[in-house]
Amino acid sequence: MSVDSRARIGLRTLVLGYLAVLLLVPVGLVFYRTFEHGLTPVWQAITTPAAVHAFWLTLEIALIAVPLNTIFGVITALALVRGRFRGKTVINAVITLPFALSPVVIGLALLLVYGRGGWISLPFQVIFSLPGMVLATIFVSLPFVVLEVVPVLREIGDEQEQAAATLGATSWQAFWRITLPAIRWGIAYGVVLTTARAIGEFGAVSVVSGRIAGQTQTLTLLVEQRFQNFDLAGAYAASALLGVIAIATLLAMTLLKPRKDRA
Amino acid sequence: MRTRPARASALGLGVATLWLSVIVLIPLAALVARSTDGGLDTFWSAVSSRQAVAALKLTLLTSLAVAAVNAVAGTATAWVLVRDDFRGKAAINALIDLPFALPTIVVGIILLALVGPTSPVGIHAVATTWAILLALLFVTLPFVVRSVQPVVQELDAEMEEAAASLGASATTVFRRVVLPCLVPAILSGAAMSFARAVGEFGSVILVAGNIPFHTQLASVYIFGQVESDDPVGAAAVAVVLLALSLVVLLGIALLGRRGARHER
Repeated sequence: MSVDSRARIGLRTLVLGYLAVLLLVPVGLVFYRTFEHGLTPVWQAITTPAAVHAFWLTLEIALIAVPLNTIFGVITALALVRGRFRGKTVINAVITLPFALSPVVIGLALLLVYGRGGWISLPFQVIFSLPGMVLATIFVSLPFVVLEVVPVLREIGDEQEQAAATLGATSWQAFWRITLPAIRWGIAYGVVLTTARAIGEFGAVSVVSGRIAGQTQTLTLLVEQRFQNFDLAGAYAASALLGVIAIATLLAMTLLKPRKDRA
Repeated sequence: MRTRPARASALGLGVATLWLSVIVLIPLAALVARSTDGGLDTFWSAVSSRQAVAALKLTLLTSLAVAAVNAVAGTATAWVLVRDDFRGKAAINALIDLPFALPTIVVGIILLALVGPTSPVGIHAVATTWAILLALLFVTLPFVVRSVQPVVQELDAEMEEAAASLGASATTVFRRVVLPCLVPAILSGAAMSFARAVGEFGSVILVAGNIPFHTQLASVYIFGQVESDDPVGAAAVAVVLLALSLVVLLGIALLGRRGARHER
């Protein structure tokens, strides 16, 4: 065996060992702990009224936040790539900010705007209720669609759009017939990431929700509450449900990635 | 005269700016403005309280350590995933994104099962710096891997062969030929994992123990201030984190600009 291949196998072993210790062993352990006593207790734990309510609330928030972030994400990406204006760097920074910012800080900022004595008071309650949780979720998952669509738009260029315009197509027609089909896999990938983040958000939602059981409790908040109440099995079961969603996300990412990269 | 596409793109820019303002900018402006509600003195005393300083210090130190470990481990992982070949590589490659797909509170539960009171390996690390480091390494694992991987893919193997044929050892080739190409990607990945670690909350709230002056991180400290109904004091420390995030993002933008010039 040459020095070269020995070094290669050594490095491979180190890397796989690191990934196993950090990722595989802990995740496998939690799945084992969850299903240790069979499926029935797990099923019971995720079908309690509180868990079912948390599930639907989580879904409701995602169903509002994800479409909004998709539509405005595509508009923002188009403006960033196709528009010619000063200050693109600033807009770019604002878009990536939610990734670099603590979710607790995001929740607190919303609290200071819409909470008691805040800047804006609306006729309906925002903090400790659904609108605040939706706003927090939109904030934390805002960058995904933009960041996935921008490189695809750069890659395809605007020659076809210009050709369509020359042939008399309106901007709207050019968008639907030319641009949208070209960026659809990028959008799909961004939507998957946005959904995963929306369902999994904890910190920002935790601050603005008030964590009222049966009312403003999402799945992630349920996991924490069960843990705090020493209901470890219940916390594991709810985590396993979220884990299944995460694995579905990974599968979708793996399937979509080659299509997205081909565009 | 303005053409139709130009008008459409001006409209798009307007809508995008409005969206970003409502969702991101107004809340952050409120955070900054209201952090000084009690005057600059109150702001300063909130930021410089012993507990806040200890939390910020611990956050910075652990995040720096995590960024450094990620720089090395992430680069090695990216290298193995591109240059090496073994069974199950595609699955491992997909698995790298798991920390991004998993909710952070689930990561907390997972690590608690590993190092908590019911640990099967007999490690009890809850409420230690080790538990914090483990949680932060878990959630930031993908950053460096995903930023370095495409650069390794683009590397010209001929350069390495040329250097080797001129008598350079494997380590010299890596240090002098490969590493310089990877440095911008490693730095930007490490910077993102630093920023993420500084703000991390869900995965650490369960395992860190949140003991003031010992294992309390800045985000958990802020959360505690909000819970004890002191949003203005919380805002002061939050502004420090916001400033830190902005500095990191600025650094990454500058790195990207340098990288782009380098390519030209």
